[in-house]
Amino acid sequence: MSVYAYDQIDRDMLADRAAEFRGQVTRRLAGDLSEDQFKPLRLMNGLYLQLHAYMLRVAIPYGALDGRQLRALAEISREFDKGYGHFTTRTNIQFHWIRLKDAPDILDRLAAVDLHAIQTSGNCIRNVTADPYAGATAEEVDDPRVWSEAIRQWSTFHPEFTYLPRKFKIAVTGSAKDRTAARSHDIGLKLTRNRDGQLGFEVMVGGGMGRTPYLGPTIREFLPARSLLSYLTAILRVYNRLGRRDNIYKARIKILVAATGAEDFGRQVEAEWAALDQAAIDLPDLELARIRTAFGVVPFEALPARSTAFEAARAADPAFARFARNNLAPHKRPGYAIVNISLKAPGETPGDATAEQMEAVAGLAERYGQDDIRVTHAQNLVLPHVKLDDLPVVFAELQRHGLATPNLDLVTDIIACPGLDYCALANARAIPIAQDIARRFETPDRAEAIGELKIKISGCINACGHHHVGHIGILGVDKKGEEFYQLSLGGSGAEDASLAAILGPALPADQVAPAVEALVDAYLGLRSDASERFLDTYRRLGPAPFKEAVYADADQA
Amino acid sequence: MPTLIRLEDGAFVEAADPFTAVADDMPVPAEGAVVLPLARFEAEGAGLLDEGRPVGVLLQPDEAVEGLAYDLPRLALVALAFPKFRDGRAYSSAALLRSRLGFAGEIRAVGDVLREQARDMARCGFDAFVPSDGSGAADWTAAAGRYRHVYQTAADHRAPAFVERESE
Ligand code: SF4
Repeated sequence: MSVYAYDQIDRDMLADRAAEFRGQVTRRLAGDLSEDQFKPLRLMNGLYLQLHAYMLRVAIPYGALDGRQLRALAEISREFDKGYGHFTTRTNIQFHWIRLKDAPDILDRLAAVDLHAIQTSGNCIRNVTADPYAGATAEEVDDPRVWSEAIRQWSTFHPEFTYLPRKFKIAVTGSAKDRTAARSHDIGLKLTRNRDGQLGFEVMVGGGMGRTPYLGPTIREFLPARSLLSYLTAILRVYNRLGRRDNIYKARIKILVAATGAEDFGRQVEAEWAALDQAAIDLPDLELARIRTAFGVVPFEALPARSTAFEAARAADPAFARFARNNLAPHKRPGYAIVNISLKAPGETPGDATAEQMEAVAGLAERYGQDDIRVTHAQNLVLPHVKLDDLPVVFAELQRHGLATPNLDLVTDIIACPGLDYCALANARAIPIAQDIARRFETPDRAEAIGELKIKISGCINACGHHHVGHIGILGVDKKGEEFYQLSLGGSGAEDASLAAILGPALPADQVAPAVEALVDAYLGLRSDASERFLDTYRRLGPAPFKEAVYADADQA
Repeated sequence: MPTLIRLEDGAFVEAADPFTAVADDMPVPAEGAVVLPLARFEAEGAGLLDEGRPVGVLLQPDEAVEGLAYDLPRLALVALAFPKFRDGRAYSSAALLRSRLGFAGEIRAVGDVLREQARDMARCGFDAFVPSDGSGAADWTAAAGRYRHVYQTAADHRAPAFVERESE
């Protein structure tokens, strides 16, 4: 057991939803519902009409899956799509080639493995983002999945918060090192302990991307953990009542918080919270304990910190050594590691995985990884609990399936939204730009020498590729019908969060990869030593030398 | 007499509506029950109540229910407007009327009111509905009854999952 084990109530919920949707699709196919009437209904089930076909977005609650669930996703992609799926920056998975008549069957298949498409679209509370290293990292104060599951249940079909001014995203991190981009969410929650050792949350509200990016300010330094749901209710109620509804671009909570001022907004939330019947909303301790128990206990073995098999393989195989250097993270237990599986092989679409790859990962998780798989907002996968002893075998298997790209957080580990290839809102393509850049840095030695460098690409101002928080952010813009790209530098979605600043005039598509190369070359010449990341050099020196590198180059071209 | 859908003891039924909705520019009828926009109620409500007539107030989504707190005990109903079904402010208004202001009278949904909203509306405390999609009581019964459980506490006092689990 590795994911939250559904009980009969949780299962009934999904079954009832699937049955309801089947009825709605039947009415649509029979012509009893017009597309106009059907649209809000299908959107509540994550079914979008895109350029070429229907797209179905399936929720992966807080990015956690077990092997059985990943296999089911693989099967769905094979049977109903083109044999692959796309993992998104929201840690969901999208199928881009769905037929309407198949959608009810797909929901049934999902429900059979406790998955669903509930609240993956619409102006409601969306899937929660949690630390992909939850339960595995020694850094963590408490397991964010327990709280994420509490939020999942509370927010599912919440009668008061289903028609918010705009979509609403919550992130939960259990560690000071933030892998969720908490300050870029509508609400960011950071688990922490106060001086008395009591568990609670730092509450950040009003972060977001889009055309007006904000980092969410903290409105409460310490909220006792058991008051989480009543406090969220208070925030959502204030937002539901006061958030703007006259302009879609000003409807996110970040605009309300910025206009009200974080302090005043915080006071309004506190006043609402004080007036709420908190006891009726907050989960009783017993229920919290039940949820915690339903995640099961990982049967860790007592192992030595050093593994001979691992050390031998590292010495013998440079490819394995490189993978170990770049894609492993320390585990809280001796003899174990956290394995990052990059979905950014050179030339591939960032975040795509084929059915065979999904099955391979499922198999590895089942055999070597406590049946536990995570999806990250960087569109990669994680096996959180693998024994060092098993790593050589796991690596070989990953290699066999094209899943051993050793580039975590390196220049080729690029986040890109679907862009013009799939998305009706796009100004420009994102995927080919990512592929162009990745090809330029294909040589692993070079990528590794450059070190941590996070490139994020969005095909339009909606910023699904999180370009505002890229060390290098790339935004597709439309210039008189042509695809152009605006470069920004200096953003971060981690605990040192910052927003990227525009570097200069937008570039045509074929000059983007050369510009990135020029930026990287400039950085390599400027950094004080190899431990200074691109982001640090930029922060130390400012934009001038980088500007020169790109635009001097562009003039010659 | 026009009809509406009422939620009575957990059942949706069609019923006659004795109230006349008085628009901003319309004179108050000489007798009978009326629903007034907030501004009209503030100007003319006291007189009508003194005559012993049943009076309700229509609130737009940006009109805070707290403003009615003092008058609630005398009101027969509060009507909450949905200019568009996607405008969800009235759900909070209804929830506050029931759970904070203790209003036990009728809460009526008017405007862009669709059967798909039946469950959320009922859960937030609405108990009368003037649908705009031609749906009847049977449609509302079906739409509201599709789910066997709820996850959270709301104004309808249905036992949420965590309470159901406690008693298992
Ligand atoms: S950023 Fe724009 S182009 Fe990219 S997925 Fe979002 S809406 Fe589509």
